[in-house]
Amino acid sequence: MDTIGHTIRKNKFFNGVFLIAGLLSTFVGLMLLAVLLIDLAIDGSPRLTYKFLTSFPSRFPEEAGILSALVGSFLVLLVTTGAAIPLGVAAGIYLEEYAKKNLLTDIIEINIANLAGVPSIVYGLMALGLFVQVLKLGESILTGGLTLALLILPMVIIATRESIRAIPNSIREASYALGATKWQTIQHHIVPYSTGGILTGIIIGLSRAIGETAPIITIGALTFIAFLPSPPVTAEFPFLSFKWLWDPFTVLPIQMFNWISRPQHGFQLNAAAAGIILMGMTLIMNGFAIYIRYKFRKKIKW
Amino acid sequence: MGLRKIDSPATGHNKNPWFKTREKIIESILFLSAMVSVGVTVSIVGILTYESAGFFGEVSVWEFFTGRQWTPLFSDPKFGILPLVMGTLLTTAVALVVALPLGIMVAVYLSEFASYRLREFVKPILELLAAVPTVVYGYFALLLLTPFIQGFIPDLPGFNALSPGIIIGIMIIPYVSSVSEDAMRAVPMHIREGSFAMGATKLQTSFKVIIPSAFSGIAAAFVIGISRAIGETMVVAIAAGGQPNFTLNPLEPIQTLTAYIVQVSLGDVPYGSISYQSIFAAGITLFFMTLGFNILGYFLRRRIREAY
Repeated sequence: MDTIGHTIRKNKFFNGVFLIAGLLSTFVGLMLLAVLLIDLAIDGSPRLTYKFLTSFPSRFPEEAGILSALVGSFLVLLVTTGAAIPLGVAAGIYLEEYAKKNLLTDIIEINIANLAGVPSIVYGLMALGLFVQVLKLGESILTGGLTLALLILPMVIIATRESIRAIPNSIREASYALGATKWQTIQHHIVPYSTGGILTGIIIGLSRAIGETAPIITIGALTFIAFLPSPPVTAEFPFLSFKWLWDPFTVLPIQMFNWISRPQHGFQLNAAAAGIILMGMTLIMNGFAIYIRYKFRKKIKW
Repeated sequence: MGLRKIDSPATGHNKNPWFKTREKIIESILFLSAMVSVGVTVSIVGILTYESAGFFGEVSVWEFFTGRQWTPLFSDPKFGILPLVMGTLLTTAVALVVALPLGIMVAVYLSEFASYRLREFVKPILELLAAVPTVVYGYFALLLLTPFIQGFIPDLPGFNALSPGIIIGIMIIPYVSSVSEDAMRAVPMHIREGSFAMGATKLQTSFKVIIPSAFSGIAAAFVIGISRAIGETMVVAIAAGGQPNFTLNPLEPIQTLTAYIVQVSLGDVPYGSISYQSIFAAGITLFFMTLGFNILGYFLRRRIREAY
């Protein structure tokens, strides 16, 4: 009897040890994230002034700012959003609602799974060859935005599919029973009910895109841009101009990378300040995505 | 796929002929959108092959895959890819040493031990580790982690494979843990209950019953983690140095395939030159290294869904 008691005590002890070890390992990453944020905040916050946000890059760390990078990031993201959302959602709808179970569908699925894992820099090389050299789009905002759109396309498709898959078939059958066509069913039921999941996926994808550096470097974005792209709104008719699509640009992560690789300490502080902005955007976007997921999950109960 | 969906009669019950046409048009547009992703892969393979074909016209494939010197910017350039592949494998190995044990621990803890509320709270925060922009991680590796490690290993150079490797490891924890956790949670409850009934503790059940049952899912998690680590770029471009180095010592400066592509892209390389083509040769090597892992991961993951 004694040995059984001993074994039980031993097993319970190890169980307890693992409980603590598991909790610790779960929080290792989180603690590192906290250290990273605190370090950025300490180094960067003194540089984070209004002037920093509204100045162009400069040879002098105290005068340098992130205006062109911020505007560049915003415009690139605009192109990415415009291209990735319609393509990704449409592809997701096709694969869930229309695709027959055949070889072609299998190929598309394996292909998307692979694309989700292709290193971002390979997208950059592809874009350099296709957009810059073959299609002659130049090292422009359009090229940058399209590159990132292709990069996050698999994420949007996967999010769309997962949230469509969660809709029970009874909804579709009820719609068909009322005489709706397939597209009417999708338009009035499938898309509205899966909006939460799709939005979550899109926002997380965009937050990836905003932090992407490597593919943008590969397509040849400049690291030193001391001017703004042409304004999208003009005084004369038709008041909208798309000339900015063809302008050269830089983005926030590239500006930060450029500052990190300089030896002067002043530039490293600038890098930290840019890092705070970048992290802030990432955290806000991810927080928003979590909020949307939570809200829609509460709202829709099948 | 689950149960087969019932298809709508193509036109519903509407007699308007326009509806039929509209359904067809919409289906075609959606199909074309899905095919865009295939087009992306075709473009990737096409561009990489086309540009590196020019490269392999000047450098023999044999020299490329067996040479131990990578000095493309010298006056007498040598194009042996092995130092870059070695650098990539080295940082990946360091990353896996960090990510695998931690990722599995996290997955077991969240799947088998943690309460529902803790899990719902921790998971989104854990996902943030993968969302942090990699350039910020690079800053962290170069300016915080390396000086910290130098406190223990004074000889450590400012650029090395160790600290970017560790950071990449942290970065891929969510990939490893979330896929493994999904696999563990897919193991049906009665299997756990059987184990508990035999008097096993949660710990024994986790490691002797759950992990073996969820094995293919956990393997998929590993494979996905490896693929991410191989493709990671900015952390190594910032913190690992820029010297191709045929070594297995993580304390030395190295260069990875990805970091080399960044280095060349930052410079002013004329279109069509051998340096320009060499980044595509490095790229195609990288692409095929990750392709194998991605496809393996896909099939392993698909097996979890079908297992129970």
